[in-house]
Amino acid sequence: MSLSSEHQGGLRPSTLLNDTRYRGLTFQFLALLAIIALMAWLGANLVGNLAAAGLNFGYGFLDEPAGYDINQALISYTSRDTHLRAAFVGVLNTLLVAVLGCIAATIIGVVAGILRLSKNWLVARLMSAYVEAFRNVPVLIWILIIGAVVTVSGANPREFLGEEAARGLLFGGFAFTNRGLYIPALSLGPGAGIVIAAALAGLVGAILWRRAVPRTLHATGRLLPSWPLWVILIAPGLLANLILSDALTLSMPDTMSNRFNIQGGLLIGKPLVALWLALSVYTGAFIAENVRAGILSVSQGQTEAAAALGLRPRRIMNLVILPQALRVIVPPVISQYLNLTKNSSLAIAVGYADLTATLGGITLNQTGRAIECVLLLMLFYLVISLAISGVMNFYNASVALKER
Amino acid sequence: MKTTAFIGALAAAVLGTGAASAQTLEDVNERGALNCGVNTGLVGFAAPDANGSWQGFDVALCRAVAAAVLGDPEAVEFIPTTGKTRFTALASGEIDVLSRNTTWTFSRDNDLKFEFTGINYYDGQGFIVPKALGVTSAKELDGATICVQTGTTTELNLADFFRKNNIEYEPVPIETNAEALQQYNAGACDAYTTDASGLAASRATFENPTEHVILPEIISKEPLGPLVRHGDNEWGDIVRWTLNALIAAEEYGVTSANVQDMASSPTDSPEINRLLGTEGNLGEMIGLSNDWAVNAISAGGNYGEIFARNIGEDTPIGLARGLNAQWTEGGLLYAPPFR
Repeated sequence: MSLSSEHQGGLRPSTLLNDTRYRGLTFQFLALLAIIALMAWLGANLVGNLAAAGLNFGYGFLDEPAGYDINQALISYTSRDTHLRAAFVGVLNTLLVAVLGCIAATIIGVVAGILRLSKNWLVARLMSAYVEAFRNVPVLIWILIIGAVVTVSGANPREFLGEEAARGLLFGGFAFTNRGLYIPALSLGPGAGIVIAAALAGLVGAILWRRAVPRTLHATGRLLPSWPLWVILIAPGLLANLILSDALTLSMPDTMSNRFNIQGGLLIGKPLVALWLALSVYTGAFIAENVRAGILSVSQGQTEAAAALGLRPRRIMNLVILPQALRVIVPPVISQYLNLTKNSSLAIAVGYADLTATLGGITLNQTGRAIECVLLLMLFYLVISLAISGVMNFYNASVALKER
Repeated sequence: MKTTAFIGALAAAVLGTGAASAQTLEDVNERGALNCGVNTGLVGFAAPDANGSWQGFDVALCRAVAAAVLGDPEAVEFIPTTGKTRFTALASGEIDVLSRNTTWTFSRDNDLKFEFTGINYYDGQGFIVPKALGVTSAKELDGATICVQTGTTTELNLADFFRKNNIEYEPVPIETNAEALQQYNAGACDAYTTDASGLAASRATFENPTEHVILPEIISKEPLGPLVRHGDNEWGDIVRWTLNALIAAEEYGVTSANVQDMASSPTDSPEINRLLGTEGNLGEMIGLSNDWAVNAISAGGNYGEIFARNIGEDTPIGLARGLNAQWTEGGLLYAPPFR
């Protein structure tokens, strides 16, 4: 009886504060309530003040024609498309530069991080200088500097134009100008699908061959030659393209048809080049430090043991050090990827039409819907950052030490 | 800075400190200074001079309003705004009046809840190109790369013009006028487009202004004027009639040189007398002292003087009056009567 009354006593309000079993939860609950109340108060104020100012909150403007052009669109876009589609063009441009930037920053960071530990005095000092220079100057400054350098170092496209051009296209199809890099474009003719399918089949075949080699080696002890790999990879696509002669052709940049710019071919715009370079080298400097820390975290004994087994330094790095170092490297690199993606919102500094420039820039200004646009921007960056975290955490789990 | 302005606007909207309507005049009087939103730097229109004091055509209007309200043309806090931040700055109450080459459009007036209080410059969007290109018309710009300042109405006009003429172009959006000019001068774009007045102002700062031409096409109507928030009609009237007073002063021949003389005793012209407060009580009607217009005109002269000193033909910017002449001289300036 007394036991049951004591148990009921646990539900009395005072116990929630006095009983150490519940006290923590109680305070957390109260804090949560306070935060919700604060948010509700701020939200109600926002709505109330907007209404008092005669401004109605809404996203109807996204269906209106945008009315402006965008210089780099991965999907078809004209000025008559809606603000929503313009925002989507911006999203794709943000993702493009983020993905390209993450890849390049990783390569730069891993190379610089390893080289900074090099026994070669000059190489190690050079890498230290790179890391310190880029880590300690704001990224916007680097974007502006690299944008200016790319602008100044590229030739004016007019020098390539006309019958008596001052410059010729490199290899007949490449030109680096102050507006971007012109390269030959792949143009798809009839039967292009078959050629692409054949090329994909070649890729799958090559992967299968690569897997078959060690399997055969382990099963029969026979080492298969490696050259068929390349034949399997290249031959199907090449043959298909030879048979269907017009399926895939290269469309070369054309220097004759226009007096201002090179036409045709594929233009990798200067804004993209400049932003990509700037974000990659900037973030690469941080990743280099992460990589260096990761490598230093692996005990020296591991290196000596591997050397004692007769492994050469490069194989020691690839087979012994890096796999263990990755566990230390990956978590901070995730946050570098997030930083790079968020830093890409500085794109407008070099005229790159990312989401902040389209939705958060021109659309915001044309419609005057600042709060709506900025909320959408926040939502996008939040979603994309969480997605990157999710993917990288999954990868981290796969390289983490498997404890049994 | 733009983030700060946005946060300011959001905070104002969220916390409820945004200016309530119908008391801007009280706020200005209490503060003892006018908060005027201007360009971040466009020579001739709004830019700090060598001494750090703001000068320019738009700045002069701020000073005239401050003189009319507070009696002191120096009682102005100039707040530089970008194309993006200007509207949030005004809507949130950070500034009392926006005088920043802002085009009067339907949606800004109605959807954004602002009140345009007149037009102080009739402008239109034009193109500037290097003379060496040999371009004589904007319709020859097929395939060109064009720098355009974002956060203005110019992107829309540009898209419409090229679409209408069925020609192609490559836009390069740039955040500020200064960066756009840097890109243009580095040859990263073939042409730069913004309001023709802005082009003339920018060309004046070039190393060799004569090597660049402004193309004859004006592809849009850009009536630029000061604006205030919706809902405070008294304050809107003060800004509107200060501008009208400057325009009327030019029409009646009242200048900064003779305004004190004319205001000391009634003249033969009743209209001038009413404007300068020697007859009637117009100042009282608008809620200001009776010599409000005298102060406004003394601040920087009448409209013609302000124009000539900041952007006129004798300045490096060298703009002709054109549409901005008085209606009596074939222009569009037409101040309603002071009675």
